[in-house]
Amino acid sequence: MNILVRKYLYGDIPEDNSGGQPQSKNNGSNDWPLWEVFIRNKQGLDHKHVGSLHAADAQMAIENARDVYTRRMEGISIWVVESKYIHASNPDEADSMYDPANDKIYRHPTFYHLPDGLTHI
Amino acid sequence: MHEEKIFQDKLDREIKIEPQDWMPDAYRKTLIRQISQHAHSEIVGMLPEGNWITRAPSLKRKAALLAKVQDEAGHGLYLYAATETLGVTRESTIEDLNSGKAKYSSIFNYPTLTWADIGAIGWLVDGAAIMNQVMLCRTSYGPYARAMVRICKEESFHQRQGFEILLTLSRGTVAQKEMCQDAINRWWWPSLMMFGPKDDDSPHSKQSMDWKIKRKSNDELRQQFVDICAEQVKVLGMKIPDAELKWNEKKQHYDFGQIDWEEFWNVVKGNGPCNRDRLEARKKAHEDGDWVRKAAMAHAKKSKHKKQQTKVG
Amino acid sequence: MIGEEEMNSTGKTFLTDYLLHLADDALILGHRNSEWCGHGPILEQDIALTNISLDLIGQARSLYQYAANILNESHPARNVSEDTLAYLRDNREFKNCLLVEMPNGDWAHTILRQFFFSTYQFFLYEKLVGSVNDTIAAISAKAIKEVTYHLRWSGEWVIRLGDGTDESKERLLKAFDMLWPFTGELFHMVEYEIVAADLGIGADLNLLRSKWDEKLKIVFQEAGILSIIENKIKPGSNWMQSGGKIGKHSEHLGFILAELQFMQRAYPNSEW
Repeated sequence: MNILVRKYLYGDIPEDNSGGQPQSKNNGSNDWPLWEVFIRNKQGLDHKHVGSLHAADAQMAIENARDVYTRRMEGISIWVVESKYIHASNPDEADSMYDPANDKIYRHPTFYHLPDGLTHI
Repeated sequence: MHEEKIFQDKLDREIKIEPQDWMPDAYRKTLIRQISQHAHSEIVGMLPEGNWITRAPSLKRKAALLAKVQDEAGHGLYLYAATETLGVTRESTIEDLNSGKAKYSSIFNYPTLTWADIGAIGWLVDGAAIMNQVMLCRTSYGPYARAMVRICKEESFHQRQGFEILLTLSRGTVAQKEMCQDAINRWWWPSLMMFGPKDDDSPHSKQSMDWKIKRKSNDELRQQFVDICAEQVKVLGMKIPDAELKWNEKKQHYDFGQIDWEEFWNVVKGNGPCNRDRLEARKKAHEDGDWVRKAAMAHAKKSKHKKQQTKVG
Repeated sequence: MIGEEEMNSTGKTFLTDYLLHLADDALILGHRNSEWCGHGPILEQDIALTNISLDLIGQARSLYQYAANILNESHPARNVSEDTLAYLRDNREFKNCLLVEMPNGDWAHTILRQFFFSTYQFFLYEKLVGSVNDTIAAISAKAIKEVTYHLRWSGEWVIRLGDGTDESKERLLKAFDMLWPFTGELFHMVEYEIVAADLGIGADLNLLRSKWDEKLKIVFQEAGILSIIENKIKPGSNWMQSGGKIGKHSEHLGFILAELQFMQRAYPNSEW
């Protein structure tokens, strides 16, 4: 019986009138823009999106990324890009974007049956 | 209707909802409120512990506490970023906090009086928070879930450092033992309150559960917490300040006493011992930082302009 | 707490003094910066400054530990540790320079103090990496990586503030007026530094001065305040404060220690 799930820890304290609306107000020119951070770690081959942060310029964004996202030596290479320059695929078009790749199993290595003795391939 | 069906279908199949997906307005609002309150809690939560950075009793403890409070700044940052994916800027979210509109976890309105409080916060407050956070790693909104995964990874050392502080005190001098018990006495009940009101006190809000924003009820989590702490406290050789705390063989859980709900609601409403100080400290930091943020922005614009001019020239 | 005579008898006083001086510099500045934690102008920079605090406290710990080892070698019963050195010496025994104990003030003060000190520390550790003392060389090799970043970070902030708004420039210049008189001491060598330098353990600070000046010039130039500053510091017109390195501090240090050492003083002989 799931009656109630009102949780007051870290969220869900009833508020009269705050936080509800998405808003573009206050994005004044004095607010530091938002940046997306991509980090490649020691073992990693690709840069991976790890999160975002605010910074006044690209140089600062890289340094902030170093301070915020590599406190535990997570990375050795950092990319930053201002969030407004990220273009994302439209989720409504997910079918046409990704489904066609679904049946192209020849792109996947396991499609090819090779003799067991063969190594380094 | 079609959109709502896709949304529900994703929830049913445990597929995360992502920023660009369609979502019911109320879902978005609930998320913004919850995530931003969570973010505020991390940021305000820096203050009671930050209090003791300059007074930590050894260099090792000082470095660990500093790193811990810094982590909380990081966690606040990740969470503000998650709210930004829902279309609210960090600046406006922070304005809501500073104007007193937004809430944060009431636990941070209690004062840290002795060094042992730093241990008690780590063990009890972080312990309670982690239960909630582990659950939230499976929350239905993608950016929130991802932030929580990162946070949980980093949190693991927090509770351990807290417990270790208490353990050291519990094996120390008489004065240290007393300090340890006193801190547990003061932080125990507020920690239980962190899980929120009893489940049957507001029986009309199972929406968060249906949306899979939350995945366990307050009382479920609270019971889990009591069961764990009741055992851990034995390692410390200390007592939990609850005469009714007793193992219930039939239920296979600990029974425990009544929470003082009047105190709870008063602290939520702003009557906690430190509500005013916490908010003032946040406001001051933000206002004092205003010229700094402006300066950095002005410089960024100037150098961009300069670069463009050199290119043209 | 550590008797002068006792230390002299080891014949290594200059070395422990030198180590304590380096450690005290790092600890006190780390402590000062840590006062910002939770109160920074924006989250990202709060985190950045805390990283610098953590680096400095880490450097202090390595140096104290080494000093403690040396002291224990001669008097094992004394049981000196990094914590007894940090928490049980009084005001007059601290050997940090005055600059690092100056109050945080506003962001401009904190930044400029960091920039002055990091520039000095960078050239210092650059030398100490080649110290004939292996432990000092090893500690310096680790530290210089950290300091390189502190210098870059603080230098960029000096540029931002100088080249930012009218207000930020004004605040930066005000901070300069406040802090400049404490920069002379960085290069004013006291006895233990001279001995350490002569033995190839420490660095000859006279050789660092021009590099320090050069770096400041570059950064102030980019910050657009070089000519104003050059007007301020006409040779002969600036009295420099000193004394910290030989235990004659400003009044500020007493309050720092009152806070820093409170627990160890109130609850002596306890494990934490």
